[in-house]
Amino acid sequence: MTASPTRPGAEAAPSGARKRVALRPLARRLRLPSQPLVRHSILFVLGAGLFYVLTVNVGAYSDYQIGEIAVYAIVLGGLSVLTGLNGQFSLGHGAFMIIGAYTLALLQLHTHVGLVEELVIAAVIAAAAGAVVGVPAARLSPPYLAGVTLMLALGLPQLSAQYGSVFGGEQGLTTTPPPAPGTLSPERWLAWIQLFCALVVLVLLANLVRSRFGRAFRAVRDDEVAAAVSGIHVARTKVLAFTVSAGCAGLGGALLVLSTGVVNVGEFPLSLSIGLLAAMVFGGAGSLVGVWWGAVALVYMPTWSTSLSQHLSLGTSAAAYLSDSFFGVVLIIAMLVSPAGVQGGIRRIGQHLWRTVAGPAFEPVPNDPSLAAPDGTPSEVAGVEAATVRMDQETKERSRP
Amino acid sequence: MALFVDILLSGVAQGMVFAAIALGLGLVSRATGIVNFAQGAMGMFTTFIAFSLLSRGVGYWPAFVAALAAGAVLGAAVERTLIRPLQGKPALNPVIVTIGLLVVLEGVAGSIWGNVARGFPAAFSQRGLVIGRTRVAFSHFDVFLVCAVVVLVVAIVALFRWTALGLRMRAAAFSPEVSRLLGVRVGRLFTLAWALACAAGSLAGLLVAPLSSFSPYYMDLYLVYGFTAAVLGGLLSPVGALVGGLVTGIAIALVGGYVGPDLQPIAALAMLLLVLMVRPQGLFGTAGVRRV
Repeated sequence: MTASPTRPGAEAAPSGARKRVALRPLARRLRLPSQPLVRHSILFVLGAGLFYVLTVNVGAYSDYQIGEIAVYAIVLGGLSVLTGLNGQFSLGHGAFMIIGAYTLALLQLHTHVGLVEELVIAAVIAAAAGAVVGVPAARLSPPYLAGVTLMLALGLPQLSAQYGSVFGGEQGLTTTPPPAPGTLSPERWLAWIQLFCALVVLVLLANLVRSRFGRAFRAVRDDEVAAAVSGIHVARTKVLAFTVSAGCAGLGGALLVLSTGVVNVGEFPLSLSIGLLAAMVFGGAGSLVGVWWGAVALVYMPTWSTSLSQHLSLGTSAAAYLSDSFFGVVLIIAMLVSPAGVQGGIRRIGQHLWRTVAGPAFEPVPNDPSLAAPDGTPSEVAGVEAATVRMDQETKERSRP
Repeated sequence: MALFVDILLSGVAQGMVFAAIALGLGLVSRATGIVNFAQGAMGMFTTFIAFSLLSRGVGYWPAFVAALAAGAVLGAAVERTLIRPLQGKPALNPVIVTIGLLVVLEGVAGSIWGNVARGFPAAFSQRGLVIGRTRVAFSHFDVFLVCAVVVLVVAIVALFRWTALGLRMRAAAFSPEVSRLLGVRVGRLFTLAWALACAAGSLAGLLVAPLSSFSPYYMDLYLVYGFTAAVLGGLLSPVGALVGGLVTGIAIALVGGYVGPDLQPIAALAMLLLVLMVRPQGLFGTAGVRRV
């Protein structure tokens, strides 16, 4: 459901050289439709069903954690679009989460608007802040962008100490979760709200990715000059990407503090901002399915590192640092080896299985092995190349006597 | 008036630390074209090494020198193992590696030494000097701090300007291919630049540790102020780093003294954005030098 191109040649006219496998028609019917709205709606329903089954079968604490995963999926989705599709990145998404979180808490404190309005306003305010940061960010090259967003992540939390009367200082502000209807436990109800928001946001992002704007994002990422020549307003596109991404982070922050019941800046340290970047890379930059892997890692890594450090008898102080260090190591390894994250790995395995079951979309021309169907790298360019190769192949096959 | 003078003096002392960090950032940026966000964390780590030595009964100066040496070794090791393999990849990749390294170093330091704020000893008295009849906010230690950074800047300038090694380093940074053809061992010089830069980072860490609450995260803010100073000074010239550090230090001290210490990072951010928008090449850079 992500930027991965649907195989351009997959539905093309059959060629005589193709091998028929018995499972193929069935496998073909199981393939998701390529029309974005239909495809994403199906994934939405499937995801909702999966999470419903998951949440009703676990305890209250797991409900809480699943809700937290959903929240991070929203934040990582925005970050993934920013980095994977637009080629910008941010070390300051924790700051946008703070903006969303405090907006929600202040709205709950001073007004009586409903939850939906609160969440929408929180997202909009964070998006507005994102636009403000995005305007200078669009002009900066990576090292400077890193510096500016790093300073944002470090500097913004301190405002709550400076204006303690508004933001509650060290203690922060409290939030009240929405009352659960009927006999539903509050954790489960909140988890459902969070999961619903996550699915809606991810579907919206997936549609955005497939839209004119998504194409503009990718064009700007791949080559700014070429994009500008093609009539794309580069700066505006970059600011839009930053705005969308910050809005997602703000919504995530607002939803997160509904679970925790309290907003203070201690919940959003610099390591969270860096952890978000690492989790996004871990899941697979640009992949909106991969964000779930990153979110799971963000939520469960502290627990795992505690049990790991107990297992290795490292002492309690080490536990807190193992998960932070893990994300640092993920960043380093990902950059050195540059894999496409967990989702990239899964996609490769899936494509391999798909070929085994359904046969290749096109059999390679026997006397030219170099024209074998490429294994669909998650890049748009590769997709175009693959299409070109396939067209060449078809031409060759047709011209054969 | 006395308050203003005190703020100014503390700004000068802090600014010198920013200058040392900016100098390290500039050395790396000039050689390998990236900004090393792990610079502060590396300084933190080597300062903790000095701390361990001190608590084992080693004297201050041997520990000081050991930390500088450890910084140089760490810098060289990082360049060789993490940065060198990324040559030719997009500029984003090594930057993200340094950010990953920042987190890892803080995590490792936290798990070894624990996340508690400690005191770090100063080489000299930290009581303010008495000038005339008033005690000003400038101690013997601050004098040492300023001298140490000035000596560092002068040494780096001298290295670049008057030695054959410095000439080779400049040549390697200016045009690696041509330098390589002329027999300059470019890779080694880049390693040397990283070693020097991280030694400068260690110096900054050692100098600032007595002034702040010494924990695995104490260099985070100094790094971003140092980054502001580096951008202000143009990232490439040592003298620019010194002036950028002083300007940043005084500006930060003024904001801290008159508005509120919690607004310092945001003020630095505003300053950084202003410089990047109005004069991206810095006060001392020449237009077109910045790699876009």
